[in-house]
Amino acid sequence: MDGVVAKYVSQKISKTRWRPVSHTTLQQPEIFATGSWDNEDNKISIWSIGSNGVPAMEDEFEGDPQLVCELRHDGDVLDLQTLSVSQSWARAHHYPSDNAPCTGVVCNSPEIVTVGEDGRIITFRADHETVTRIIDNADSSTIHAVTYLKTSEILTVNSIGQLKLWDLRQQGNSPSQILSLSGDRVPLHCVGRHPNQQHIVATGGQDGMLCVWDVRQGNTPFSLMEAHSAEMWEVHFHPTNPDHLFTCSEDGSLLHWETSSQDTPSFLQGGRNNSMMSRSAMAPAGGNQSIISAWLNGDSSKGRLETTHMLPSQTLSVNSLDVLGQCLVCGTDGEAIFVNGQVPV
Amino acid sequence: MEEVDVEPAVTNIPAAGQGKHLGFAWGPGGILVYETHHQPKEAKGPGSPYIHEVRKDEDIYSPILRKLFNESHHIFVGLQTIRDELPSKNKKPQFVSVSKNYRSIIRACMEELHFCASDHPSNLIWNLCEVLFIDAAPAGSLLLHLLDWVRLHKADVDEKTREVLQSESPAEHHNYWDVVVSYVLQGRLEEARQMLVKQANIQPAARNMYKLMDTLLSKMPFYNPSGTQTLTEFDVKWRHWHEEVDRCLQDNSFASSQHLETICKILAGDEDTLLEQKDLLSTWYHFLVTRLLYCHPTVKPTELHYYAQSCLTMFLETSAPEPLDSILLAAFEFDIHQVIKDCSIALNNWWFVAHLTDLLDHCNLLQSHNLHFGSNLREFLLLEYASGLFTHHSLWQLAVDYFDHCPEFGHVYLELQIERVSLDTERKALKVLRICEQRQMSEQVRSICKIMAMRALKNNRLGSALSWSIRAKDAAFATLISERFLQDYCSKGTFSDLDLIDNLGPAMLLSDRLTFLGKYREFHKLYGEKRFTEAAKLLLSLMMAKIAPRSFWMTLLTDALPLLEQKEVLQLWYIVTHQIPQNIFPIQDEDIEVTKVELLRLALARNLAMAIVKEGTVEA
Repeated sequence: MDGVVAKYVSQKISKTRWRPVSHTTLQQPEIFATGSWDNEDNKISIWSIGSNGVPAMEDEFEGDPQLVCELRHDGDVLDLQTLSVSQSWARAHHYPSDNAPCTGVVCNSPEIVTVGEDGRIITFRADHETVTRIIDNADSSTIHAVTYLKTSEILTVNSIGQLKLWDLRQQGNSPSQILSLSGDRVPLHCVGRHPNQQHIVATGGQDGMLCVWDVRQGNTPFSLMEAHSAEMWEVHFHPTNPDHLFTCSEDGSLLHWETSSQDTPSFLQGGRNNSMMSRSAMAPAGGNQSIISAWLNGDSSKGRLETTHMLPSQTLSVNSLDVLGQCLVCGTDGEAIFVNGQVPV
Repeated sequence: MEEVDVEPAVTNIPAAGQGKHLGFAWGPGGILVYETHHQPKEAKGPGSPYIHEVRKDEDIYSPILRKLFNESHHIFVGLQTIRDELPSKNKKPQFVSVSKNYRSIIRACMEELHFCASDHPSNLIWNLCEVLFIDAAPAGSLLLHLLDWVRLHKADVDEKTREVLQSESPAEHHNYWDVVVSYVLQGRLEEARQMLVKQANIQPAARNMYKLMDTLLSKMPFYNPSGTQTLTEFDVKWRHWHEEVDRCLQDNSFASSQHLETICKILAGDEDTLLEQKDLLSTWYHFLVTRLLYCHPTVKPTELHYYAQSCLTMFLETSAPEPLDSILLAAFEFDIHQVIKDCSIALNNWWFVAHLTDLLDHCNLLQSHNLHFGSNLREFLLLEYASGLFTHHSLWQLAVDYFDHCPEFGHVYLELQIERVSLDTERKALKVLRICEQRQMSEQVRSICKIMAMRALKNNRLGSALSWSIRAKDAAFATLISERFLQDYCSKGTFSDLDLIDNLGPAMLLSDRLTFLGKYREFHKLYGEKRFTEAAKLLLSLMMAKIAPRSFWMTLLTDALPLLEQKEVLQLWYIVTHQIPQNIFPIQDEDIEVTKVELLRLALARNLAMAIVKEGTVEA
């Protein structure tokens, strides 16, 4: 495939993240971090694909990622986030006192929120040594992922198929709202938030279905799409072009979803038949709203959603992806990282 | 017992000194060795506290070779899908390209390991197998392939050439003639001619002689498999050229230059001259290919073994052949099984033989051979390789696909091995679970879920434990956990993990106790919402269905107390009230406060009375 660079790194990759670049410059990201899992010694490694330091190569998009530095890490790396201010890698992974695996971390500088298999939500501040707050028994099952909705609101997904909204300003130990697919108890593994419209989130779970939710509107997801044949591990909206969405899965595929806001007929690209079900019974609230996300008015019958496979055929799980600008990086259980510098967004 | 082919290697166990006795047990992936005493009585002092693990496939632990394993896994899986899609005629190019892919991975890894990549035995052997077995080139093209093979693995000529050409006057460099002769030996005549031009230029007097040599070299015919020329035509042409070379020798055309004379003799295929170039040839198989090139360019595959054997004897004279020599010789003899066997012994990993055998099996080259143990050779080697992978803490995922493609024993191996994967996190458990579920390994699915449920229970995570047991459809365990929930309720008065219990859905039907838990919680919810009629109905049906644990009856009845006084539900209660006392009697046997029972009786009696009165009123 064009623009895809693969590198075998002798460790199973569980997370990949770009170092953020400033939005004002049109710079492409150059540095990313990877975390490994299931090794005797797990590592967090920082890689560079840029030309700084490395003599420039002929290619427009320099080839092989070069290892910048790596750090030993006890235990599997399950989640990584960047602190956008200091651009350092702080406490990417935290074990609560009883050594329950921590499954997710999210930060909104200087606040950091982690969630774990013990069903706790813990908040930290990057500049403080102590824990800011612990919500015990936030969930009776494992919390798999967490994301910020607003400055003080977070959303978690758990292993019994629920989305829980938490208002961090409120003291109690109960969520402000619980959403779930009625009847289904399919574990959810990942959540991605729309970069501009904070009420829109996408989730993916064990059955590989992609759900788009409007958290303001109650209990049913806006649309349900059959995406993968096994666990979906991560879902990301493109940070600057949210009509594009990326998902990766245990079945070894990485999908690029594109919904076009213009009313032009388009044809399914790539060799994929995606069957879609839409349960968008409700019309979007507030008809006078000027911008309605393409994800919410997505009418499946018009086939305005396109999906494309981003990776050459491969059999082992794609555990993580991150996309920034035109660059996409993903890591697999096949111990390879793929960098694509020409994502069509 | 069968005889062993080679003496087994001796592995010294450190710290096991003289006079110590060793015991052993089969452990995961190897042998566990420990110090022991010959007889119990001998126990004197404390022995060595260590257990040594003896592993047989040490290459698995090399970080660079992990790339080899991962990349080849990809190719392996791809190869398995080729099998049925195409008619066998079109498969050959595919198999050759698969083989080339394997080799390019070997090369990349060897380069990273700082070996001289092209010289590495595994690459050399694989390449020869590719030429002889997979590509199975017919006479004519066979020699061309063999030439390519030798050129690829004897690349030091190019290095020497660079050295010569970079010097101030190449023609006078001390390696100059070595380079020219090497080129001729490898049949790279074009390059040889270019080098000779340099010499000719500084020796104007000998120009004619050089010109003659140049003509000889340029006229040598090479078989062109894609052309229209038949092999016989080529043979005639080649014989013609050969006679010309012979004539030059007889005429002593090159008598004035010792080097050109040598080259001419090589062209004529003179064995003694060839053997004089031992240093440049360096190996007997190079000698073989050169000899074929200048004596028997139309050699048939079936004749190869004869020339190979004689070249080996001529070249090595008295020294004993190395393992590599025997492997290559076996290949030239088309004895595939000997090649695989010798490789298994000589190379210290299973990767090579497993993948090579698999590829050869796909080319239908191994059919006739069956082992007297296990399945066939391919499966045996794949199983060994994959079992080795499974002992690795991280590479076990790769092994799964290998097991999948072993039709006879793969599934059993996978079942046994997958249970040994340690489940550190839920993420890992989910991955293992997915592997098992995809392959309908219900026994393993149950055991994984049980492990996770037990762990959650130990950590007092009832919700998680319940989720896991629901996933495993483990009714007994779900009952146990439901019991714990009810106990917690009895002692605390409130339910924990409401988010889970309220959303059980159809999963509730897994066990009676779980159904009761879910329904009982529903009762509380209805009660809380002041929907008393429905609450009472639900409570009644719970009592009538007898799914409540007996120890819980008191609590249920106590819950019923306030409802007995509810006007709206009197009617309902009446219908069944008379049944309740019967149900209470068994409770009385147990050690319960008498006052509570008395209170209940009173309440029930009042309820009965009120109901009768009310019923009478309505009817009137």
